[in-house]
Amino acid sequence: MVQRPGSVGVVTPQTLLFSEPLRLTSGASIGGYTLMYETYGELNAERSNAVLICHALNASHHVAGVHAEGASNAGWWDNMIGPGKPVDTNRFFVVGVNNLGSCFGSTGPMSPDPATGRPYGARFPVVTVEDWVDAQARLADALGIECWAAVMGGSLGGMQAISWTLRYPQRLRHCVCIAATPKLSAQNIAFNEVARTAIRGDPHFHGGDYYGHGVVPRRGLAVARMIGHITYLSGEDMAEKFGRLLRTQDYAFGYDVEFEVESYLRYQGDKFAEYFDANTYLLITRALDYFDPAKNFGGDLTAALEPARARFLIVSFTTDWRFPPARSREIVEALVAHDRDVTYAEIDAPHGHDAFLLEDARYHRLIAAYFDLIHGERSEPRGSPVATSIAGERIPQQVSPGRLDGFSEREPARSSE
Amino acid sequence: MTLRSDLQQIADWVAPRSAVLDLGCGDGALLAHLRDAKGCHGYGVEIADDNVLAATRLRVNVIQADLESGLRMFSDDRFDTVVLSQTLQAMHRTEDILREMARVARQGVVSFPNFGHWRHAFALLAGRMPVTPEIPYQWYDTPNIHLCTLKDFEILAGKCGLRVTDRVVLARGAPVHWLPSLRATLALYRFQTR
Repeated sequence: MVQRPGSVGVVTPQTLLFSEPLRLTSGASIGGYTLMYETYGELNAERSNAVLICHALNASHHVAGVHAEGASNAGWWDNMIGPGKPVDTNRFFVVGVNNLGSCFGSTGPMSPDPATGRPYGARFPVVTVEDWVDAQARLADALGIECWAAVMGGSLGGMQAISWTLRYPQRLRHCVCIAATPKLSAQNIAFNEVARTAIRGDPHFHGGDYYGHGVVPRRGLAVARMIGHITYLSGEDMAEKFGRLLRTQDYAFGYDVEFEVESYLRYQGDKFAEYFDANTYLLITRALDYFDPAKNFGGDLTAALEPARARFLIVSFTTDWRFPPARSREIVEALVAHDRDVTYAEIDAPHGHDAFLLEDARYHRLIAAYFDLIHGERSEPRGSPVATSIAGERIPQQVSPGRLDGFSEREPARSSE
Repeated sequence: MTLRSDLQQIADWVAPRSAVLDLGCGDGALLAHLRDAKGCHGYGVEIADDNVLAATRLRVNVIQADLESGLRMFSDDRFDTVVLSQTLQAMHRTEDILREMARVARQGVVSFPNFGHWRHAFALLAGRMPVTPEIPYQWYDTPNIHLCTLKDFEILAGKCGLRVTDRVVLARGAPVHWLPSLRATLALYRFQTR
């Protein structure tokens, strides 16, 4: 493997076929599905250093490194994951997986429906965050990972990390949940609905079965992306990037692109429509809408989070108005009510929701420090009466099922670079 | 790691295996000590990024928040002990935080630099605002906006319904027994909230 400094280098995606049908939240089930994934670093002998990275709306299994065909094709969280990076692949075995229903190689609406041989299209079942987590758990089984050192994600990825702590509380030691929310607000759902309306109203949509017509609802998908993109940026970030800058000398008194921000949004929309699938966009925004672990508890998030046993790192960004800090604080509050271990950081970054993908020294230093702690932990599964220290001698350990504190040996602090 | 003497005094007032909330927890040293030496569990609240990072490195549960916006995150009687260590004097809403402390815990501990120290009086007599190792700021550039004396605090504590059970006064880290209100550089109070 070619190693660039700080990069995991060239990576090759892998696929796994799951023949046993997966029962979905909706009551439907899906059989014979494939998950595409990538791994970085080495799984240790105890299988205790595995970290699952969950992706958000438009990302994929390609989290870090580059693909052989294009050196510019860096993973979506390449600044976070790699040798010497906050999630250090010299220490951790990192897994990125493309979720069911996505369009980057895992089974989704574009895939052939075994019943008809034609793409699923509109017949692809609606999947939820919980369904993704169940599918990820099967991947963990297949990779021989009984307990993740951490499950980590930003935005929708953070919701998956939370869901892991509720569905499989004994299968992760840490939940790293960044720029997420315990449920979408009416405003969040409203933005999603505008995006879906744009897609479904595109004449090329054909009720979701556009594959057979040889067309793509590109216009609608581009508009959906433009709307989404606005919610990822902060007002001040947009003001600073574009302000009222014109591409033209002066007003042209027409409707072509005149403002820089128009040009930027159109470019983002068009680029996105080239590679993303419209049905997947519908499906993932719906999964976002549906996520609400408190729903079955009368809206009581504290009651909903009772099963969680992991230690939590929760991070929000002050200028994120899509999932603002107050939403992360709701999660923290519910965890505190159960006496769970939680660290909460509110990073004063200017970049809005997108900040979770960007390099910010305070943010990356914190993640690095947290993963230093994880690395320093003894490597037995949770609640084990005896643990093996890094040096290999067996020493008694007092760990209550809900807690992993009291460990003192740590790696020396280092900066994120 | 040896604990600073004022934090050691606070730690002595905390029951083993109890639940502790440390407001303005700094680098988390007190909570880390209480966890390691007394099996306590708890949370620190801290606003400064570098302190949040330092506390994280000590594996302390730290919540980044501004104390001025209150302790809404914590339910009534959630903790056995709530600590406000050398932070009171920098709070805008001094009375509110004391009442909030009373709400979330049965026992409270507050420490603050004693403005009644004789050096401060001398500085004022000489016509200057005091600048000392305990209050090392110029008057125009200080976070310490609500400095008080021992008696001042005791009056406010009474007004807020806090029942002071113990007081320890330190001068440069050592206990003071004689003329405490003039000789103390730092005052520590332990109180019951019910």
